[in-house]
Amino acid sequence: MKKPARVFSEVIKHLFKKPATCGYPFEKAHIFPNFRGRIAFESDKCIGCQMCVRVCPAKAIEIPLSAEQPAAPAPVEGQPAVPAKKKFDCIMKLDHCVYCAQCVETCPKKALIMTQDFELSSVNRKDLRRHYK
Amino acid sequence: MSKITIPFGPQHVALKEPENFMLVLEGEQITGSTINLGYNHRGMEKAAEGRTYIQDLYLIERVCGICSHSHTTCYITNVEELAKCETPKRALAIRTLVAELERVHSHLLWIGVAGYEMGFETLFMYTWRDREQVLDCLELLSGNRVHYSINTIGGVRRDVSAEQKAEVMKRINYLVERTNYYIKLATEEPTVLARTQNVGKLPKNVAIERNAVGPTARASGIISDVRKDDPYLIYGELDFKAISHDTCDVFGRLVVRALELVESYKIIKQVLNNLPEGPIAVKVPMRIAPGEAVNHYEAPRGEDIHYLKSNGTDKPERLKVRAPTLANLQSVSYMLEGGWMADVPLVIAAIDPCMSCTDRAVVWDPKKGKKQTYGWEELRKLAIEQYRRRGVDFTRL
Repeated sequence: MKKPARVFSEVIKHLFKKPATCGYPFEKAHIFPNFRGRIAFESDKCIGCQMCVRVCPAKAIEIPLSAEQPAAPAPVEGQPAVPAKKKFDCIMKLDHCVYCAQCVETCPKKALIMTQDFELSSVNRKDLRRHYK
Repeated sequence: MSKITIPFGPQHVALKEPENFMLVLEGEQITGSTINLGYNHRGMEKAAEGRTYIQDLYLIERVCGICSHSHTTCYITNVEELAKCETPKRALAIRTLVAELERVHSHLLWIGVAGYEMGFETLFMYTWRDREQVLDCLELLSGNRVHYSINTIGGVRRDVSAEQKAEVMKRINYLVERTNYYIKLATEEPTVLARTQNVGKLPKNVAIERNAVGPTARASGIISDVRKDDPYLIYGELDFKAISHDTCDVFGRLVVRALELVESYKIIKQVLNNLPEGPIAVKVPMRIAPGEAVNHYEAPRGEDIHYLKSNGTDKPERLKVRAPTLANLQSVSYMLEGGWMADVPLVIAAIDPCMSCTDRAVVWDPKKGKKQTYGWEELRKLAIEQYRRRGVDFTRL
């Protein structure tokens, strides 16, 4: 059963339609709320357990000790001295990261947060190594 | 007439995949063809041995960009089988849902590519526009368009909410309407018929002989579908038909894929309407019990086979992937013979090749700047030496 020019009516219809594409860099792309984008880090929640470093399939995370450490809380009389809480940084290599968000799931203290940030390309390689403090 | 041999690929304007076909031509007609693989070897099986099971999940996902869910599901079924883990019913249903959405996305992509190869670019533009709807569904459910990462050992990572369900349903209803139009277009448009009928013939007996799988086999009249033959996930409880067609040519493969889209929509609706209640994942220990497992899975391109050997640690000892394209390549060389030069891109595209999935069995020369070819004996020696360093002795084998 051959019906020539079946597609013709469709073509005519499309003359009066808007383009299906969106003008991306000028018009923001629609991103769904739980899209897996760049991983953010909250230093005050991190306990430095290195679970994220061990689980990362792309070896994109490093959790070094911060250069500046907070001072130990003032000792309360009659109680043993409390050691200072260690502070950790996070180095996120965006060029290594595969955006699987497994670290976010593994983190026991929810110090790593998934954001919907996806426009991460850069001409400068240093920008791809984010140091969160 | 004198014969000439021309290389087709690995870089060629009409071939998007990195593989090489040496075509023996007599005039415009092909009298013989040899397929050379190995341009895209990435050493994934070896890499999997050095990573933990959970890290491998994301590595295996990257075996193929289109059937990423197929590979992980097949791998994870093996892991769960070895760990003797009872995956919750809801997790299996969500896996089935993503698997079918993936099939829809892969088949729509293929119809577009086929349209492009036969010079019918309107079809290519239309199907790829509509494919965005499926990709949106997948992004909505899993958080990414291509690498969904929905599987985790013991279940799935994300649940399906009522709003997500409504959103997916809305998009699927739109796609059903569009697909019916494509089916009409594909079966009635003379341009499509003239370009695809009697091109790339693969008779039923040859398809059996050469172990064709997936839509390639089903278009040659072989009803082989792992979802029907050996139901995995929750396919055993679902109502769908195994599609087959008996024209044994590219047209048949087009029809099979188009009709499979309709079946996939049916499955998606069934799964969404009867999502079982319960948890979405169970905890599985990091160390997996020693043992071996083999599983197969109906990927959009055909049967995908994974073999996994565990030695009781948190890393697999051996992982083997047999991607569907490898099984179909034998048939390609038959399909090309006797055909015309101009049909080559279409015939190759008709099996929906994915060379990145397939290339996994070539030795890369480790010495920089010095080319060295390894013979079989030398390779064997190297392998024995490498395993001896890990404490396994294969000398006597």
